[in-house]
Amino acid sequence: MCGIIGVIDKQRELMDGSSIRDALSIMDERGSGEGAGYAAYGVYPDYADLYAIHVFYDNLVEPKTQVEDLLETWGMIEHDEEIPTWEQAGIPKIHTPWRYFFRPKTRLMQRSRTPDDEIVKHIVMEVNKSIKGALIFSSGKNIGVFKASGWPEEVADFYRVEKYEGYLWLAHNRYPTNTPGWWGGAHPFNLLNWSVVHNGEITSYGTNRRYIESFGYDCTMYTDTEVVAYLMDLLVRRHGLTQELAVRALAPPFWDEIERMPEDIQRLNTALRLTYGSAMMNGPFAIAVASPDSIVGFSDRIKLRPLVIGEHDNKVFISSEEAAIRTVDSAIKNIYMPKAGHPIVGRTVA
Amino acid sequence: MTTITIDAAGIHYTPLNKQIRQAVRDGVSEIILKNVMGQRFIGDGLIGNVKITIHGVPGGDLGMFMKGPTIEVFGNADHAPGNTMDEGTIIIHGASGDATAHSMRGGKVFIRDDIGYRGGIHMKQYQDKRPVLIIGGTAKAFLGEYMAGGLVIMFRMQDEEPYAEMGLASGIHGGEIFIRGSVEEWTLGIGSSARPATSEDIDRIKSFIFEFSQYYGNDPAKLMNSSYTRIAPVSARPFAGKYTWE
Repeated sequence: MCGIIGVIDKQRELMDGSSIRDALSIMDERGSGEGAGYAAYGVYPDYADLYAIHVFYDNLVEPKTQVEDLLETWGMIEHDEEIPTWEQAGIPKIHTPWRYFFRPKTRLMQRSRTPDDEIVKHIVMEVNKSIKGALIFSSGKNIGVFKASGWPEEVADFYRVEKYEGYLWLAHNRYPTNTPGWWGGAHPFNLLNWSVVHNGEITSYGTNRRYIESFGYDCTMYTDTEVVAYLMDLLVRRHGLTQELAVRALAPPFWDEIERMPEDIQRLNTALRLTYGSAMMNGPFAIAVASPDSIVGFSDRIKLRPLVIGEHDNKVFISSEEAAIRTVDSAIKNIYMPKAGHPIVGRTVA
Repeated sequence: MTTITIDAAGIHYTPLNKQIRQAVRDGVSEIILKNVMGQRFIGDGLIGNVKITIHGVPGGDLGMFMKGPTIEVFGNADHAPGNTMDEGTIIIHGASGDATAHSMRGGKVFIRDDIGYRGGIHMKQYQDKRPVLIIGGTAKAFLGEYMAGGLVIMFRMQDEEPYAEMGLASGIHGGEIFIRGSVEEWTLGIGSSARPATSEDIDRIKSFIFEFSQYYGNDPAKLMNSSYTRIAPVSARPFAGKYTWE
């Protein structure tokens, strides 16, 4: 199970989180009250050129000191504060969410075309692997992830998502099946600009994990979804693929489908399958990936999880259920089911 | 003939279904549901001759295990309407999601537009119980997967080119599928075979063409004058040698 709802406004018009909260709550049955979360793009305009680093702390003593030491080593904390939360009956506050607005010292990372991103990625991996009692769960510019263990409406009220305004929202209601529900295991999973929500299981997780760890990404969340965020970062930011081609690599057509393609497209798809064989994901899944200028939805190649797309004026919606889309936009007419494995992309024009 | 109207806005499916059941016990013959928004399991296991009219978008498993009622939906349905339905009719004025008519064992499901993946998966039949799934639009891949009985008719009203979705009737071992027009050879899944429908075949599905046309206000002439492809199992045991060697 699990429920997904995402929306992008192509003109970057801001929406507050209240209708996404209601849309996700319509799909309460798709979860088990053990994890829900929201990612919003455009929520920190005052710090838009800084990395917004969200951390779960088990306490505010040792782990916090260690994280701040690491941040100060690699750059400057321009502002920091506890992320405001409001007590909910169903959410014991076992972690304290904190946020930093961080400016990396570019010159410290020499061998990268994207040194600032590389510094932040390094910090995320280092904290999540080595600092006990601290977990970075959001690290993009002008992006905020808000998640916890609880039902969709409880998590929304815990953070008061209606107080945040973003032009892109991605939300998820979790039904953990293979690992226990915990705050860090709630979706969306985020690294830098990428946020990912996922319904299903990635049965090729072992292969994908070995592949992505060989590029310096460490999997620390006890769940399969985090590899998708890292794979997108690797394929798009570092290897320069378009999002569409990255999805083709992750959920490629079957060989007999490739054989029926025109020759040039056949060559491209063959090359992708051969190059990224270890990035290919198997198993049932429906996934939505957000970046600052796009939202991409796709399912596994034989469509073992639901995915519907809605389009209305400047908005593109991705969801597990049509009713969730209609909860946000009751006037929407164009709702359809994409072809399995094929990416549907909503992109900003402004 | 008594009719009641229920405004389903903001009501969870459990109290909604309780109200529906109570109405049926009270002898109501028509129930109109307004503002339905994603409520699952509507009419599940319901027995009787009641008519339920739904305005909005019902959630998954509409009419599951239902025995007798007629459900008419003015909107799209989500996954698996008609799941393991026993008797009765579902008429959807719109599209439906994956696994439409999943494991159906009796009754009729009509969809005006398209359906998702795995329509009619594992439909079955027994003696006089023969479920029917009728699709006005087209279906995504794996239509009639593991079909054990029953009848699927797909009109593809908006399409004239051959049907081209993989895994058609994959693992079929009972029942039959009629698709208006032709199908690409590669679409056929394991254990299925295709041939042009004969005039005797058309005689057998004629009544469903008229019933479909009546629900949606179409002229049946186009559908009656079209050619069809019939897909049926090669054998009643397509996987006989897969796990054991005889």
